[in-house]
Amino acid sequence: MNIDTRRIIKDGLWGNNIVFSQMLGMCPAMAVTTSGTNGLGMGLATTAVLICANVIISSLRDFVSPQVRIPVFIVLIATLVTLVDMSLNAWMHDLYRVLGLFIALIVVNCAVLGRAESFASRNGIVASAIDGLGMGLGFTLALTAIGLIRELIGAGTLFSQASLLLGPNFAFLETTVVPDYGGVLMMILPPAGFLVLGLMLAAKQACEHRAKEPSVPRVEAAAGCH
Amino acid sequence: MSTLAEWRGRLAYQPLSLGIVALATSAALVVANQLTRPAIFAAEERDLQASLIEVLPEGFADNNLLKDTLTLTDDDGKPVIVYRARKAGTVTGAVFQNGARGYGGELIVLIGVDTKGTLLGARVIRHKETPGLGDKIELAKSKWIRDFEGKSLESPPTEKWAVKKDGGVFDQFAGATITPRAVVKAVKEGMTFYAAHRQEILEGK
Repeated sequence: MNIDTRRIIKDGLWGNNIVFSQMLGMCPAMAVTTSGTNGLGMGLATTAVLICANVIISSLRDFVSPQVRIPVFIVLIATLVTLVDMSLNAWMHDLYRVLGLFIALIVVNCAVLGRAESFASRNGIVASAIDGLGMGLGFTLALTAIGLIRELIGAGTLFSQASLLLGPNFAFLETTVVPDYGGVLMMILPPAGFLVLGLMLAAKQACEHRAKEPSVPRVEAAAGCH
Repeated sequence: MSTLAEWRGRLAYQPLSLGIVALATSAALVVANQLTRPAIFAAEERDLQASLIEVLPEGFADNNLLKDTLTLTDDDGKPVIVYRARKAGTVTGAVFQNGARGYGGELIVLIGVDTKGTLLGARVIRHKETPGLGDKIELAKSKWIRDFEGKSLESPPTEKWAVKKDGGVFDQFAGATITPRAVVKAVKEGMTFYAAHRQEILEGK
């Protein structure tokens, strides 16, 4: 089987980005992106789960009949997330204290189910793992970007508390762009999540429009999913 | 492969495959729960021990606070676990937690008090306040919570145990008053609780 790694990764990062094209995972995308660091943490945790879920579902794809595939996928993903949650809590407790909030939220991210349905259940294990990686990185990119914009306007900083998430070596990421900034409360509250996301979607559309590409969104998501 | 494809279309295959998946995932969860429970319990106990030590000055206690507890009931009839700090067998202070309603839900404050009723330290150990605004009550984000150290119900007087906006002595944050107000309330209630039960805590078995 010939795997087009380049295309799969590019699809995940831009062409078929979970947030900007498929419009999936809106709940975590808007709930946790109050800072760049939070967006990054959620994105990385989701990437790990996406890769694992894609690999498991791809390896079981011959055994799962089309009629019961959705409940099977949901049960598998929920179990996987719970297992990750438990083992992080038990054996990597320091990391869990930072990421714990995000892990449980991944269950409600239907992008994982979306990838299981539209890619992993139809492709080989290696291709599915690459798809999980590409989609996860695209999700991370989107969440970090939304988080950074909200953080910059809302609090005047970039990547604040990154050292809590990534370790003290990454303290250099923490920048205060505007010292003694009063802050814009609304940017940190939920409405700004919609606002920033909407503006970024418009920007992406405009960008694609200018590139003279037919701007038909390639939505291939599980039905009834938000 | 062709036989599997044939089987997949049959009616009996659907409940059977669903059942097998449900069984396998439940089994995995049971095993994982058994494997991780002791480690999670130990990690949580370590966390608790670490936060208990944090609200006491260094070298304040030489006992294991988790093993020296007393369960009392507060005014609302809710049980409060009091961890006693001892040095050479004598009680030197106590640590307990108290909750209050914040902006985003209940927040829990851990309070350390010495035998005279002076506050040694306070830490918010759980909250759901707005990130970037109300979360300045965490020590990792702001030193605000240290303002409580050294305070007691006599100084400042009880009516001054409030945020500045309400005529008290504690700062509020720009854009967030409800959160610091809730923390001050939780600490004040905790101090009142300690004053009411001091005798029991210092002498109780």
